[in-house]
Amino acid sequence: MARYLAGRFAQALLVLWAAYTVVFVILHVLPSDPITLQLSAGGADISQLTPAALHDLKARYGLNDPVGVQYVHALWHALHGDFGMSLTQNVSVGSLIADKLPSTLELTAVSLPLMLVGGFGLAHLAVFVRWRPARTLLARLPAVGVSLPQFFVGLLLIQLFSFSLSWFPATGSSGWRSLVLPAVTMSLIGASMLAQLLTRSFDDTWREAYIVTAQAKGLSRGTVQRRHVLRNACLPALTLLGILLGYTVTNSVVVEAVFSRNGIGQLTQQAVLGQDVPVVQAIVLIAAAGFVLANLLVDLLYSLLDPRVAHAAGTG
Amino acid sequence: MSTAPADSTVRPPAADPTPIVALSGLSIAYRQGGQLVPAVEDVDLAVAPGETVAVVGESGSGKTTTASAILGLLPAGGVVTAGHIEIAGTDVTAAPERVLRALRGTVVGLVPQDPMVGLNPTMRLGTQVAEAVRRRGVDRRRAPAEALEALERAGVDQPVMRARQYPHELSGGLRQRVLIAIAIAGRPRLLVADEPTSALDVTVQRRILDHLAGLVADSGTALLIITHDLGVAADRADRVVVMRRGRIVEQGAPAQILLRPREQYTRHLLEVAPALSHAGRVVPAHAEAPPAPEVLRLDAVGKDFRLPRGGAERVFRALDEISLSVRAGQTLGLVGESGSGKTTALRIAMGLEQPTRGRVLLDGTDITGAGWSTLRPLRRRFQLVHQNPYSSLDPRFTVAQSIAEPLVSYRVGDRASRAARVRELLDQVALPAAHAGRRPAELSGGQRQRVAIARALALSPELVFLDEPVSALDVSVQDQILSLLLRLQNELGVGYLFISHDLAVVAQLAHHVAVLRAGRIVESGPAAAVLSAPTREHTRELLGAVPGQRFAAELAAAATPGATPGAPRKEG
Repeated sequence: MARYLAGRFAQALLVLWAAYTVVFVILHVLPSDPITLQLSAGGADISQLTPAALHDLKARYGLNDPVGVQYVHALWHALHGDFGMSLTQNVSVGSLIADKLPSTLELTAVSLPLMLVGGFGLAHLAVFVRWRPARTLLARLPAVGVSLPQFFVGLLLIQLFSFSLSWFPATGSSGWRSLVLPAVTMSLIGASMLAQLLTRSFDDTWREAYIVTAQAKGLSRGTVQRRHVLRNACLPALTLLGILLGYTVTNSVVVEAVFSRNGIGQLTQQAVLGQDVPVVQAIVLIAAAGFVLANLLVDLLYSLLDPRVAHAAGTG
Repeated sequence: MSTAPADSTVRPPAADPTPIVALSGLSIAYRQGGQLVPAVEDVDLAVAPGETVAVVGESGSGKTTTASAILGLLPAGGVVTAGHIEIAGTDVTAAPERVLRALRGTVVGLVPQDPMVGLNPTMRLGTQVAEAVRRRGVDRRRAPAEALEALERAGVDQPVMRARQYPHELSGGLRQRVLIAIAIAGRPRLLVADEPTSALDVTVQRRILDHLAGLVADSGTALLIITHDLGVAADRADRVVVMRRGRIVEQGAPAQILLRPREQYTRHLLEVAPALSHAGRVVPAHAEAPPAPEVLRLDAVGKDFRLPRGGAERVFRALDEISLSVRAGQTLGLVGESGSGKTTALRIAMGLEQPTRGRVLLDGTDITGAGWSTLRPLRRRFQLVHQNPYSSLDPRFTVAQSIAEPLVSYRVGDRASRAARVRELLDQVALPAAHAGRRPAELSGGQRQRVAIARALALSPELVFLDEPVSALDVSVQDQILSLLLRLQNELGVGYLFISHDLAVVAQLAHHVAVLRAGRIVESGPAAAVLSAPTREHTRELLGAVPGQRFAAELAAAATPGATPGAPRKEG
């Protein structure tokens, strides 16, 4: 098991390095000049600079070095947690991220349980409701959830719960009330996808031969579902859960824009629009780290839930 | 017409007159697209305490549906349309789930069909047995101990270790024993065993059935065996019930049914049960093997598999210096239990796996270590028929597409000539030309295997590898497929390497037989010699496991023409 973990960890590091490198290359191929960007952010124009001053400035930021040297520099600093200065806001990328990350993590921490409860709850209902029309409705519902665009759901919720009912604030990031609507919006697609997969998975598992064995023991439907179906049906859902978790940063871009929340998503949007290369680079790395971490967790959970996988991991 | 259990029914010598299960006029149908399709019609069947009853029939005869109905576990869409089901004197025909649930496990236990899929893969075996133990009201703390006891009674070795294991760590035979442990853990009064051993090797099958029979005899439990093999039924039952197309066609004591079958259908079942038709002996179809040139030769082939680190052994020797040869137009039967190395030998012979030692010669060409470009033209000349026709055909391909695929792959002919070839092949495997447009889901198991055979023959190969081609099929369908293979060999002169765990099946096709055990060939030679005068203990064991023998031998010993049929052989 220790060997397996070490291997997985090394793999995760490799993925992060690859993500960093690919982003570095892409961003350096883009036709933009960091000095111009930074000057215009400060209200100045590049034409006001003498060539000598420009050269000085470039030298200060290491922009005259060959790309290879710049890459090694950047990577070395990144390894020490230093992602350089933001080009558009005169602060370090690290402090920018530290400022915005908690709010996004908070949002994720609330929307993840919502997603799980929604997904599992709906799938359970779809299995247990016996009345056919209701069953069909429950089985079709997730498809609707998946097909609704996030911004639209967000606006709908704001219209209903903020403007009409005034239960929750429409925007902002202070207090638990401001979390509810964004978290619901963010969890909706994930919950729908989970429900869709689980409903199918529950149905399939109920048709397995070992369920007949369990029923022939005289176990009740509830016991069979809890002890025999749930765990086996969850296995395919785990993979999806890993992917959904990995999409946190991507999801937060839309949700934070709709609800004007101050988080990584909003920062991403600003950084991309402002061509703030160091910030984008750092965010991509965070997103990749989130993805890698989520999948590592899922793999570990998998080997915990499925003895066949644990077996393979232990011997292979 | 179905016959009610009239004079022919042997009333068991029962102390308790109330049968555990009594079906009267039972009809069951499945809802399909708004219609009710009958599956079981007007079935009368009773099982008395301590009695062993065998229900025999082909797939689709309604025997499994009947068994499910007894447990109240009809698949979705199944409904009882007429008649009654009584369990221990109570009518449960329309009983709610709560009532049925109380009976399952404690009054009626089930030994399901396929041990490979019958156990929850993510739960420890001990826990799965303990669940059944708890149904008797055993205390939570006592349950694990009682589960161990059930495992032990079911004949599971090292029950303490097994209880902590998961299903994938056990062989099929052991898994079936765990399923038996689950079934007996609730101390039911009736065990329903639905094809309990069809998925297992003959030797394992025999051991498990013997054990099951011993268990029910010791505890006075009644046993209802569902099987497609009249041989299995004859060896063990007090009473045999023959079902066809949802109806009971005949029932009575085994001796009566087997000696004086009244129905044509029963006679047919008798003919196809290999051992029953030859008075308990396995008789080879080919008495002699004329000399013929070799098409395939395995020369002192060995194969080692590297084992994961941590174990005491570094390598597992799957094959140890085996030499085989298949002659043109003849059949070599390679027999062995699972794990004996049959499949490894087959994969090496086909060039799918490289041997560690030795050489493989195909028509004189050494294919050991040959690359794709050397093997590709050779592959035209040897083809494979898989064990399971349910998974070896692409479900999206029509029959014609499946059969024509090798032709397309090797760019043989054009559209018109391929279509003509497909028609010719369909005719050869005795499938109607109209089946060309059908998909596998619309075909029965036997029909699918015919398609697989047609596909293997499409390129007119010299040699066809038959990997357990009839193991997944009913006995009567097995017989048809084996006859077909025999006829095709006579007509086309194709050679077969026939792999099977069942000597009785091999006997019907093989000119030569090689018996494989733990990677070594323990005995080989002309079929007539190996099967009639085996020199090795293992060969005799394989021969002795063929179902139906025990009964046939008893009959042969007792029967002078006109003698009274033997009384039920079980004590009591």
